[in-house]
Amino acid sequence: MTAVEEVPTSAAGNPIGFGSMKRVEDQRFVRGQGNYVDDVNLPGMLHSAILRSPFAHARIKSIDTSAAEALPGVVAVITGKTLEGIPRPSLLGDNFAWMPTLSYDTQAVLATDKVRFQGQEVAYVIAESRYIAKDALELIDVDYDPLPPVMDAKKALDPDAPVIRDDKGQTDNRITDVHGNQTWESGNKEGTEAAFAAAAADPDCVIVEEDILYPRVHPAPMETCGSVSYLDKVTGQLTMYTTSQAPHAHRTVYAMVAGLPEHKIRIISPDVGGGFGNKVGVYPGYVLSVIGTIVTGKPVKWMEDRSENLMSTSFARDYHMKAKIAATKDGKILAVDVYVLADHGAFNGVAQPTNFPAGFFHIFSGSYDYPNAHCLVEPVYTNKAPGGVAYACSFRITEAAYVIERLVDCLAQELQMDPAELRLKNLIKPEQFPYTSPTGWEYDSGQYEKTMRLAMEMVGYDELRREQAEKRAKGEYMGIGISFFTEGVGAGPRKTMDILGLGMADGIELRVHPTGKAVLRLSVQSQGQGHETTFAQIVSHELGIPPEDIEVVHGDTDQTPFGLGTYGSRSTPVSGAAASVVARKVRDRARIVAAAALECSPDDLEWELGRWFVKGDKERGKTIQEIALLSHGALELPEGVEGHLDATAVYNPPNLTYPYGCYICVVDVDPGTGQVKIRRFVAVDDCGTRINPMIVEGQVHGGLADGVGMALMELIAFDEDGNNLGGSFMDYLLPTSMECPDWELGETVTPSPHHPIGAKGVGESATVGSPAAIVNAVIDAISPFGVRHADMPLTPANVWRAIQGNPVRVDMAVE
Amino acid sequence: MQTPAPVDYVRATSVENAIALLQEHGEEARLLAGGHSLIPMMKLRLARPEMLIDINDLDELRGIRVEGDEIVVGAMVTHAEVLDSPVLAEHYAIFREAEKVIADPIVRNKGTVGGSMCQADPSEDLSAVGSALKGSVVVQGASGRRTIPMREFHEGPYETKVGDGEILVEARYPVRPGAGSAYEKVERRVGDWPVCSAGAYVVVSGGVVTDCGIGLTAVGAEHFAAPEAEAFLVGKAPTEENLAQAAQLAADSCDPNSDQRGPADYKKHLAMELTLRALRRSAAASQGA
Amino acid sequence: MQVTITINGEQVTSDIEPRKLLVHFVREDAGLRGTHWGCDTSNCGACTLWVDGKPVKSCTMLAAQADGHELTTVEGLEQGGELDPVQKGFIECHGLQCGFCTSGMMMTGRALLDENPHPSDEEIREAISGQICRCTGYKNIVAAIQWAADNPATSEVTA
Repeated sequence: MTAVEEVPTSAAGNPIGFGSMKRVEDQRFVRGQGNYVDDVNLPGMLHSAILRSPFAHARIKSIDTSAAEALPGVVAVITGKTLEGIPRPSLLGDNFAWMPTLSYDTQAVLATDKVRFQGQEVAYVIAESRYIAKDALELIDVDYDPLPPVMDAKKALDPDAPVIRDDKGQTDNRITDVHGNQTWESGNKEGTEAAFAAAAADPDCVIVEEDILYPRVHPAPMETCGSVSYLDKVTGQLTMYTTSQAPHAHRTVYAMVAGLPEHKIRIISPDVGGGFGNKVGVYPGYVLSVIGTIVTGKPVKWMEDRSENLMSTSFARDYHMKAKIAATKDGKILAVDVYVLADHGAFNGVAQPTNFPAGFFHIFSGSYDYPNAHCLVEPVYTNKAPGGVAYACSFRITEAAYVIERLVDCLAQELQMDPAELRLKNLIKPEQFPYTSPTGWEYDSGQYEKTMRLAMEMVGYDELRREQAEKRAKGEYMGIGISFFTEGVGAGPRKTMDILGLGMADGIELRVHPTGKAVLRLSVQSQGQGHETTFAQIVSHELGIPPEDIEVVHGDTDQTPFGLGTYGSRSTPVSGAAASVVARKVRDRARIVAAAALECSPDDLEWELGRWFVKGDKERGKTIQEIALLSHGALELPEGVEGHLDATAVYNPPNLTYPYGCYICVVDVDPGTGQVKIRRFVAVDDCGTRINPMIVEGQVHGGLADGVGMALMELIAFDEDGNNLGGSFMDYLLPTSMECPDWELGETVTPSPHHPIGAKGVGESATVGSPAAIVNAVIDAISPFGVRHADMPLTPANVWRAIQGNPVRVDMAVE
Repeated sequence: MQTPAPVDYVRATSVENAIALLQEHGEEARLLAGGHSLIPMMKLRLARPEMLIDINDLDELRGIRVEGDEIVVGAMVTHAEVLDSPVLAEHYAIFREAEKVIADPIVRNKGTVGGSMCQADPSEDLSAVGSALKGSVVVQGASGRRTIPMREFHEGPYETKVGDGEILVEARYPVRPGAGSAYEKVERRVGDWPVCSAGAYVVVSGGVVTDCGIGLTAVGAEHFAAPEAEAFLVGKAPTEENLAQAAQLAADSCDPNSDQRGPADYKKHLAMELTLRALRRSAAASQGA
Repeated sequence: MQVTITINGEQVTSDIEPRKLLVHFVREDAGLRGTHWGCDTSNCGACTLWVDGKPVKSCTMLAAQADGHELTTVEGLEQGGELDPVQKGFIECHGLQCGFCTSGMMMTGRALLDENPHPSDEEIREAISGQICRCTGYKNIVAAIQWAADNPATSEVTA
């Protein structure tokens, strides 16, 4: 099935099924009636603020909170020492000063012995207003004993490097995961080594090696993180309004961490102003707001500043990669090997499935057909904020797609071959699907060449190459960059994928009321993806109930079934599948009810959109609305069949889905200043069935802007003293309407064979695929100056220095 | 969001009243114009005035007009008004070119000429424009008004010759018939402070440069100006070689720091490159091209 | 100090500290939460509303400065139960996703169209260049404002 079938339109003008329907959530947002966490105000609510460390690494000698406590309007001041004194009645850890991370490490809620990154939480003030809370921060006197920090990941494993996690009794800065591993390996090591050895000895082969950095960046959603927590002492109910992409997972984590009974915890993610992976983890601020309400007996609000968001919440990437590719001289790829030094910050807080400590990075072998690939990831602690998996990375697939696409362009340059031609020579062919990659992924479906040729046609590839040649002769520098990516989303099969022991299968619930209106309760949580619209469309597609008659409920753990939330583009592949499955259950029940009403056998009935009818006698049938009333009525039902028209399901995906695409970017570079102007960007995506093309395109537009940001300007760098140089929007630069071109989108549709409606998901595709297209274009533009690679972000300074043959090191402060 | 420390607030009713309030409250009082330099600093608690004197009611500090051989721009004129001013555009393209790349359209609705000049950020674009045009500012205190050339106005980063109890009331720019002007800026992203900016005016007459001015910002040029480069160019034909040599002299006189916007060698190069481009376009404009 | 600010035609009087930022006054004292905040350094524009008809970043203004002045916020766009063409355009063209930057974008879009009823795409991009969106990639925001330009309100409405 595809998404281009004609569907009827409802009375309200909506497609009964898939199509570009306007969003129902817009009605409140355009009126300024959204309900975000900072809009939540409960009676008697207090405000709070966190004092943060100015040092990246320092011992805490003493903290004097007396002046802060004496400030009028201050209700309480809490330090790590306070928390150490509260024993934790639960499984995880001795006291409340430390909490588990999503990677089975521990993270300080408030620093006790040392501070381990600039911006780390040191004290917590609860006051009558946010202004007073911030005033009080200045009155807290912390006596620090600064220690030398580890800021350069490349020096973290030096024998004389300062040890960061002495709290765990470590004597080095290596990270050990829950399985006891200190490095993470994937692929075929022997075969890859042999392939490289053979290539090295073969005059008809080449090996290209390159150091490729994916620098530290930050998801920076427009709404920062925060929570309003209220523990009602009479009922024992804890209610938390919080910016969470995974409210149910958070509920379970709070139950385990705080020792509170889970059935008395209600997490509500109201409207969330963007997530992008920033709002998956449990931050100390949330935990502190819970502690705050326990201590004060009142609701406590914590909303972080933007600087806190950038300096302490989950960063993304920071993968220092050494990559090499072996190929024949006529362009057949033979093997790829990647070593990664992974900078995880001071606590290992990556949010990814337990069995995948480097996420899905091992999909780095990419979209090409060759037998040998191997990677080794070596994670280290540094004195920086924790995180790593965030910013629409699909669990490190951003890093994987970037490294292979950069490497292929480096190979193209080495071979003096057109990068499009090189890719076409190696793309996996349609008949090879399902394709098992050399690192063990089973790609479900794809028509790679078709997608790529469409992108090339849309951009006018051959004419652009002609134009480039003419311009070069005149000393003008334009570049064309291609990125062909395959990603894997929709985590995932519960057998292999869990986070903190919670399997990644999601529940769903559908009820059809007597008058034929329906309510669908989801486990996933929108942060702008339009779930209230698209999930109604899935049910509409299956049952023929108009979308305007279907209410979608999400975000409140009291009102929705358990699931692992929205990130890694999993809503459509997992919860979308669940919606289809549960709607089909309802449809099957409806068949039995219809048969009972029509006094025939269910086998005598056939389905058309919205109606079961008797085969060969189309006039005789019952609409789904009629069936809804009948199922709630007095109709006698067969033995063993229950009444009403409700169903639940838990969807355990059999595999990931594999959306893919081909992006082509055209840039003009001013070599006198290093400035890059993006002239055009063509994006052809294949995400299988497109439930709402308008929303699919919006998702792609947003991800492409991320690429502009990361390729050209976004960076969290540090200096050697430990200062975070990207701690505000003055230095952490996000792309505006001026840097983003008018995106040109195309599509191919190759359904996923294992997904009930063939949909793959698309939320992160553009963020995954776009940086390489832009970087490849810039390098292509300046390659006449002898440049084969330069690291992101390609700011004017960095481009100019690359042209001079003196590239800067982007992640550490400029000399 | 970060919030300011406690502060008091009063509105001035006239320039004299503002001066009196400044004298009354002393060093801990700050004038509040557009607020788009001061309030961000107060939110970060880098500035902690005890009293804010709001001068937004002072209409006498508004307006752009030509007075004899000078263009007068009131201190409370906003960046948006400078950008849109037909009077300024008629005389110098540099104003519109610079304002188009100063901050963003919404900030320009509030930020003022006086505020920007007095904030005296070492990367301030209007300082480069003012120095290029060899303008002056008029400052008023209890003892009356005095005029300070823009090339003498700055004492250091964020420090100017405006004394305690004084208020900048207007900026003045000489009228120069036949001048062409231009502004060049490199920024990491729209709205950012410059990595380097260069502005210039050139008067070409009889095939030679008879007058020129070069202003630079963000690269440590003393008083945001390049007098050696100007002296070199006057009397010479505006050929590519002469302009390039002038641009190199301008770059030589700069002393940029390495920071997140770029390394020092890059900024030095930009000083040369952008001065050259500004001179080129200014000379061409002067010659009616 | 006591301030009185007219917001969407209604006077709001409140006793506040002089340091209170205008965005907090609007959200708390006036109870209008459609105006948001997203940064500390006046870069993001989520707080954009009109002061005396001009778009201003309300996080960079004190409520005291607005005493005696007139504000228009997103809540004031809808008139007589009818959405402003800009609001309609954002729905029609999928100009929003999470909605957090949307209020500010619409206020700037409406101000632009009031001054320049038929802007080019480039002029729209420039007008919103001081505001950040992380969801839409801007293309549909431009389309939404163009839609409003092409579909103006049919009746005269006084602000």
